[in-house]
Amino acid sequence: MGHPFRDVAIVGVHNTRQARVIEGHDSQSIAMEASLGAIADAGLHPRDIDGVVGGLASNFLYQSRIGPAWRSLSPLGIPAVLEAAMAIASGLATTVLVATGEAGSYRNHGSTAPWTRPTNEFVACYGMFTAAEFALMARRHMHMYGTTPQQMAHAAAVVRNNGSINPEAVYFGKGPFTAENVLASRMIADPFHLLECATTSEGGTALVLTSADRADDLAKDPVWLLGGGTDYYGPAYQHPPVWDLGGHRRSDLIAGNVGRKAAEEAFACAGLGPNEVDVCEFYDPFSFELIRQFEAYGFCGEGEGGEYVTSGVIEPGGRHPLTTDGGTMSFSHGGASVQLFQRLVRGVQQLRGECRSAQVVGAEVAMCTGGGSGALFTDVALLGKVRP
Amino acid sequence: MTILRPQTGAIPLPIPGPISRPYWDGCRNGVLRFQRCLDCGSATHTPAQLCASCVSTNLEWADSCGRGEIYSFTVVWRPATPEFEIPYVPVIVTMEEGWWILANLIGCEHDAAEIGQKVEVEFHAVTGGTVLPYFRPLSQ
Repeated sequence: MGHPFRDVAIVGVHNTRQARVIEGHDSQSIAMEASLGAIADAGLHPRDIDGVVGGLASNFLYQSRIGPAWRSLSPLGIPAVLEAAMAIASGLATTVLVATGEAGSYRNHGSTAPWTRPTNEFVACYGMFTAAEFALMARRHMHMYGTTPQQMAHAAAVVRNNGSINPEAVYFGKGPFTAENVLASRMIADPFHLLECATTSEGGTALVLTSADRADDLAKDPVWLLGGGTDYYGPAYQHPPVWDLGGHRRSDLIAGNVGRKAAEEAFACAGLGPNEVDVCEFYDPFSFELIRQFEAYGFCGEGEGGEYVTSGVIEPGGRHPLTTDGGTMSFSHGGASVQLFQRLVRGVQQLRGECRSAQVVGAEVAMCTGGGSGALFTDVALLGKVRP
Repeated sequence: MTILRPQTGAIPLPIPGPISRPYWDGCRNGVLRFQRCLDCGSATHTPAQLCASCVSTNLEWADSCGRGEIYSFTVVWRPATPEFEIPYVPVIVTMEEGWWILANLIGCEHDAAEIGQKVEVEFHAVTGGTVLPYFRPLSQ
């Protein structure tokens, strides 16, 4: 059997301007701007689209009158792009737009952002939100392996410093930071200080996928989906975020290494391993998640992530440059779902060689991820320059 | 130093559903309950229709002894909503019957939490008379 995504290419990506507040926009309008940007980036006409993923992309479907068209309301982020690819591979659609955006929905910052606060009856009454959920995972790892606040702060500083030199980042010019600077910021949920946490902002993002034969005629080189996987333990923020929470699939898979199965599947599909990854566009909701992912995906052994991220590999010029646009900590966290696509967008930009900062010279393989242990899910995608 | 205590503000309250109602009824009566599988004997929490160990639907409510030990914790300084008084300390407790529960720690200084610390449940009425389980360190 050939590669499942051999005939599918990512041909368009676009981030709108990202900012703390984008005046004059709501989520629908900023998602439309992202959609048109990604279609233009691909060199396509809006009427070339015959499939969409996402509630806000449905607005594009409606306004452009491209219907009847294929539509999915897949969970946003990497699963949405995998589903778009499957739709093209199976012939249900030829050219699919995946888009989202958020603006105007979180302007009063008295409470943490609405997408960080679960409503479940077993957690909301205890003041849980994402930082606290992920902190419970981090604290357990510190207890088991001796992972230190300095190691976590270093990982956060590297990602934030990538954002500080990225003119497209919301926090452009904020930095550089040392691990000591990070540890000196105010505590949010121990062990996480302010500078170890995702930010909040507004913006839109979109991708366009099409079939390989169409991709050949377009202006930019296509980027290929080499493999992907999704690991879920159920709804986030209901069961306590227990590191040792296991399932029945395999005895070595637990919530603490969620994403391991997804990464194994992605690497197997691609015929690659961690050593072949040139850019690690890892999702960065909190500092510890960066350490955890290097362990979960097999870049280093269990409990070795803290030493791994401080060994010089994740900085620009290192073997595995990490989250090169500044991620959710500095580039943008544009709402409930926008940022879940932006590791993919950055991965595509890296493989095209068009990043305005922290371009990894000669990058051929990018690993893009979403989710995290505190949320009991992790999604993985491997992107490549060479058709599989 | 701040001695941790139950929240007194207008925090979000649990709305029991058909599956979870016996749990919250137990809290109101000062009993911490969990589900025990009649087929395999395993404990399940949060309240469910399927046994987490063997997928049996043959679950019954059992009373916990209320004791366990801290599995993980965090000290929160940026409250989820302004109604929460800081600092507060979410803890995951491993109960003696072999199940995990999330709650807040009370009755000690905010920086006194330790993984492995023995704790026991204590019930407190919060706003509107809703009774929530909290955990307090067991004296040695």
